Amino acid sequence: MAVGTVHNKDKFLNKIAHSLGRERKTSGVVRPEWKHLPQYEVYKGMSQDELAHHLEDQCQRIHTVCKRATSQTLPNVLKEAIEELGGKSIVNWDDPRFEEYNLTKTFEEFASVEGNELHVWDPNLGEENIKFAERANIGITFSDTTLAESGTVMLLSDKGKGRSVSLLPATHLVIIPKSTIVPRMSQAATKVHKMAQAGRVPSCVNFISGPSNSADIELNLVVGVHGPIKATYIIVEDK
Amino acid sequence: MGIKTSDDKFFTRVDKGINNDFMRKAVSGAQERMQGRRLDSISALGDWEDWRNLAEEIRQHTLENLDFYLEQLADNVVKNGGNIFFAETAEEANEYIKSVVASKEAKKIIKSKSMVTEEISMNQALESLGCEVIESDLGEWILQLDDHDPPSHIVVPALHKNKEQIRETFADKRGYKRTSDPKEMALFAREQLRKDFLEAEVGITGCNFAVAESGSISLVTNEGNARMATTIPKTQITVMGMERIVPTWEELDVLVSMLARSAVGQKLTSYVTGLTGTKEEGDVDGPEEFHLVVVDNGRSKILGTQFQSALQCIRCAACINVCPVYRHVGGHSYGSIYPGPIGAVLNPLLGDYDEWKELPYASTLCGACTEVCPVKIPLHNLLIEHRRVMVEQAGKAPFAEKLAMKGYAFAASSPSVYNVGTKTAPSVMGPYSKNGLISNGPGPVKLWTDIRDLPELSKGKDKFRTWFENRDKGGE
Ligand code: SF4
Repeated sequence: MAVGTVHNKDKFLNKIAHSLGRERKTSGVVRPEWKHLPQYEVYKGMSQDELAHHLEDQCQRIHTVCKRATSQTLPNVLKEAIEELGGKSIVNWDDPRFEEYNLTKTFEEFASVEGNELHVWDPNLGEENIKFAERANIGITFSDTTLAESGTVMLLSDKGKGRSVSLLPATHLVIIPKSTIVPRMSQAATKVHKMAQAGRVPSCVNFISGPSNSADIELNLVVGVHGPIKATYIIVEDK
Repeated sequence: MGIKTSDDKFFTRVDKGINNDFMRKAVSGAQERMQGRRLDSISALGDWEDWRNLAEEIRQHTLENLDFYLEQLADNVVKNGGNIFFAETAEEANEYIKSVVASKEAKKIIKSKSMVTEEISMNQALESLGCEVIESDLGEWILQLDDHDPPSHIVVPALHKNKEQIRETFADKRGYKRTSDPKEMALFAREQLRKDFLEAEVGITGCNFAVAESGSISLVTNEGNARMATTIPKTQITVMGMERIVPTWEELDVLVSMLARSAVGQKLTSYVTGLTGTKEEGDVDGPEEFHLVVVDNGRSKILGTQFQSALQCIRCAACINVCPVYRHVGGHSYGSIYPGPIGAVLNPLLGDYDEWKELPYASTLCGACTEVCPVKIPLHNLLIEHRRVMVEQAGKAPFAEKLAMKGYAFAASSPSVYNVGTKTAPSVMGPYSKNGLISNGPGPVKLWTDIRDLPELSKGKDKFRTWFENRDKGGE
């Protein structure tokens, strides 16, 4: 990747150092051990089952349908969720987890119905992917890390995992392997922090909590603005 | 333009605000709902004081080492293919942004919410190039359509407008034919703006916090418009105030968690998006070109002074939502894009005392703002400090003394303004605004003394404080 450019840095940072009444610091600053760390106390020591319950609870508050499945029942639960969201056209990530959870057949069946459309994100097709996502009814993704407290899925971008899939379609369906559930954003942030230490973080790290919404008109909550209008989560027991 | 939103004098603005019954009702209702939500969401945390201590510690450490963290940010931005421009002034920032836009020959620019681009008047600068600049945050889109009506709140910019007024604006400007149901109007915005998102060549965003360790920027939103503006256009420009930075993702977590709770009473907003550099090899969506513009515009002169803590602000508006003076006079009275207690502290610092001398007096010093601030900025103490500095500085003393000595200051009217913060306010204020005192046009200064002297209002001293404390305990 080409390296970018920096403009006007030294003058700007020198001025800051001057205001702070000291020499410029270019090294030697270490993040302190913070005196208070309340964030790690939230849902501390809970089992995956307890966390999954909290997640389900929170979904009600964020206008998100939450379903449960085992790896056996997942194909049927998924089919049901797709129907409830209105079926018709689906855009999927190109993600090996679809295969791992034996969902390939479910999608083949879906696509074989007259009038239905299925598109799997394919970097070779370029802009076509975005165009399809824009008119798709459902975008389907897998959660990379899931936050019980806020009902949030963390999605990391990658070649096969386009940002548009969770953004442009009218609705968003997320499959959540139960093992991905952690108490809150803190644990996910630590994961990304480690990625940053190791090199680079994905170009887009999204924390998504349910459908888009707005309270800009008289503080009335409206669900569904620019992002998806509806969201469904399926929590699946790991295989 | 810049931070200033009105050419009217301070007392004229206040006069307009106090006489706008609709706006006053809207603001007091909104304040109550927003405070209620905030309290619900923080009570679930239990140890809110620990969270505040942590947030304060993070902000203080970052400001003390701001040059170091900004340098780390710059290194990581360029490593990930982005460009970074440090702008000391609004003009420098605008010149750079204009040059990027011109090099793309862009005609259509889609923006997500950003206070700092308002502060530097970026839209006007780009419009001078012949570009169309479209605000995509619902509240800001409404204001833009309504001939650039100024915002009255930093989180809910169109708070002063009711749905009928919004429907009329949509009908006049965009031929909207449906009802004033917020759902229908939001759907209309979705339809109208989709086209713009897909066509825009450049997306411009603000930045809630940059992350030094990875060169990332974060956007905290509910509508999804900031994601749109950073997913589809080929060029992304992000503009940030130089103080909006955290060391690592772990501090990002803390501040975002507190922002969502303090601003809108949510555990997290629908979208918290961390963006790093340009899109990667093989990525289909995301920008090919990324520019980060870091803006000083007066901030460095606050560093190292007794006002440094003002730069800890994370723009959550909790202080605005709890302020009895804001409730009383509304956001436009402050005459700035930054209203409320934080505006009263910040405007004289970003601008000067000549322009903003009245604002430090637009406070009852009740301290409610300081109590709610998630990053523990001692707001009301900073307001007292402003007053002290002004009295000391020869030129401004006469005004300050006039206010303080003749009792025109809001400070002197505190019992009444506390009262306005209570639920009885509308009925108490009703007869007041009908009794002709205001419409008969006494001088604005008389207005202040009238507020102070009203007999009904001075009963039940400190009601606001009692009410507020009860609310904090979860009662009414
Ligand atoms: S001063 Fe504190 S309460 Fe007010 S907006 Fe800033 S962070 Fe929020």
